[in-house]
Amino acid sequence: MTGFFTLLYKELLRFWKVGFQTVFAPIVSTLLYLMIFSHVLEEHVEAYPGVAYTVFLVPGLIMMSMLQNAFANSSSSLIQSKVTGNLVFVLLSPLSHTEVFFAYVLASVARGLAVGMGVYLVTLAFFDVPLASFTWVFMFALMGSALLGAIGVIAGIWAEKFDQLAAFQNFVILPLTFLSGVFYTIRSLPPFWQGLSHLNPFFYMIDGFRYGFFSVSDTSPYISLGIVATCFVGVSWLTLLMLKTGYKIRH
Amino acid sequence: MTLAIEVKQLHKRFSNLQALGCVDLEIEAGEFFALLGPNGAGKTTLINIIAGLTLPSSGSARVMGYDVVAAYRQARRMLGVVPQELVFDPFFTVHETLVIQSGYYGLKNNGRWIDEILHHLDLTGRAGANMRTLSGGMKRRVLVAQALVHKPPVIVLDEPTAGVDVELRQGLWRFMKQLNRDGHTIMLTTHYLDEAEALCNRVAMLKQGHIVVLDSIRNLINSLSGCLLRLRLVPDVLPPALLPLANSGEEGYHILALKDYSQLEGVMTALRMAGTQVLEMGVLQPDLEDVFVTIMGGGGSKGPATVLA
Ligand SMILES: Nc1ncnc2c1ncn2[C@@H]1O[C@H](COP(=O)(O)OP(=O)(O)OP(=O)(O)O)[C@@H](O)[C@H]1O
Ligand SMILES: [Mg+2]
Repeated sequence: MTGFFTLLYKELLRFWKVGFQTVFAPIVSTLLYLMIFSHVLEEHVEAYPGVAYTVFLVPGLIMMSMLQNAFANSSSSLIQSKVTGNLVFVLLSPLSHTEVFFAYVLASVARGLAVGMGVYLVTLAFFDVPLASFTWVFMFALMGSALLGAIGVIAGIWAEKFDQLAAFQNFVILPLTFLSGVFYTIRSLPPFWQGLSHLNPFFYMIDGFRYGFFSVSDTSPYISLGIVATCFVGVSWLTLLMLKTGYKIRH
Repeated sequence: MTLAIEVKQLHKRFSNLQALGCVDLEIEAGEFFALLGPNGAGKTTLINIIAGLTLPSSGSARVMGYDVVAAYRQARRMLGVVPQELVFDPFFTVHETLVIQSGYYGLKNNGRWIDEILHHLDLTGRAGANMRTLSGGMKRRVLVAQALVHKPPVIVLDEPTAGVDVELRQGLWRFMKQLNRDGHTIMLTTHYLDEAEALCNRVAMLKQGHIVVLDSIRNLINSLSGCLLRLRLVPDVLPPALLPLANSGEEGYHILALKDYSQLEGVMTALRMAGTQVLEMGVLQPDLEDVFVTIMGGGGSKGPATVLA
């Protein structure tokens, strides 16, 4: 287990040493989103009855920042190690593919939670955001970050250059996040788009996470959690397979 | 006796390139072994397969009896590799790098050994420096240190002295000799053949993915019977009778390859008959480099062995 904890520690230290970029900057940009959207849309929309738009927006933005940062952590760490060549130290070591997988995913979860927590604490100073169930909030924060951490491992292994990783982020992660109901409730969409949103796993993360705050959601949180967990298991299986066979990292 | 490294019928293809073709190699525990060959011969590929960084197309490799694929955890614990590429993690200091590297091998309190390695590699003063701020040669030393944190019984160094100053080179080899005396098996690649000759007991020469020579250095040099005669003449022309013995010369000198010393008399006679005066004469003993050139020349008529055969 020492090997696993060391790699986890190394990954944590890596983002913590540049915490300004990896934790503080995303918190600030998320708050900017919040200010802009709330200013533009405050009077026009009421997503849930009795819930002001800004307050509705907070959990979505927290989740979005967690997902993006969890993804960024594992994917950028891996691609940097690949491009600079220092992944060789992990590859030479007796660490198993399972240990490598969990170390990268847990480090991603830690960064996701750190950013999410940061955004939440700062918004508390400005808005009165209810917290109906800490358990649901935590479950979805954990599962969402873990899922995106694992997807980040896949992207980091697959991408050979930084621009390929950027493409993955811009054409896969970003659309899935933006179209998942961060900024709106999907009930406001036409039926076709509502149906399509239900195929987006990111929708369930945001919807379930929001349930933890307001006790209101589009889908039952049990179903949402089940879907997110199933996705995590599937993605993890694929990631472990890639790591085990040495896809793109052991030639 | 366990074999430190055992490679059996190893093949490696990279899409349409045959990097290794049927390599068999056995290195016994305690050997100091050199893997030689020109650029692109497949040395790094072979090392990478032994280290588990590259997967073989077919065949197998073992380190201290452990298969590098099936029993990779045990095999990797037995092995320390200094990669050819100068790689480092810019996020950490030298000391952090070594503590983390120890952790990967399950070692928690490795401070004493880390300090000792740092001392031997003359890095103690830079322990707190960030990896980014080190010079190339110092980064190379850290790579060596990283390969040694878990005291591996088998140490593989892929061109450890490329771009390294004389002092470190000597220090590094002193350290490696000491480790070898303490029972570690050492395999290295280098393009400085005098290094290999001075340090190693056995060599393998790779050419286009095949081992073309595998023998002790003494046997190899002895196989080049004869010697080289280095002459400065007035007039600076070799008599026609001696032309068949001529070897690649240097400016102002003629080099003759002799089968044995008895040929010397014939050379002197031919020179006297031609009225050529000898200004300078020296006898050169063949060294590993001559063996290397002969073998890699692939039957070209440059080396003494082929000339005299
Ligand atoms: N990942 C790879 N993909 C494709 N070809 C490769 C790969 N790695 C090595 N090769 C090829 O395999 C051959 C052997 O390369 P290798 O690096 O083993 O040579 P080497 O003996 O270590 O050379 P050098 O002395 O230059 O280090 C070369 O032709 C090289 O181009
Ligand atoms: Mg090489």
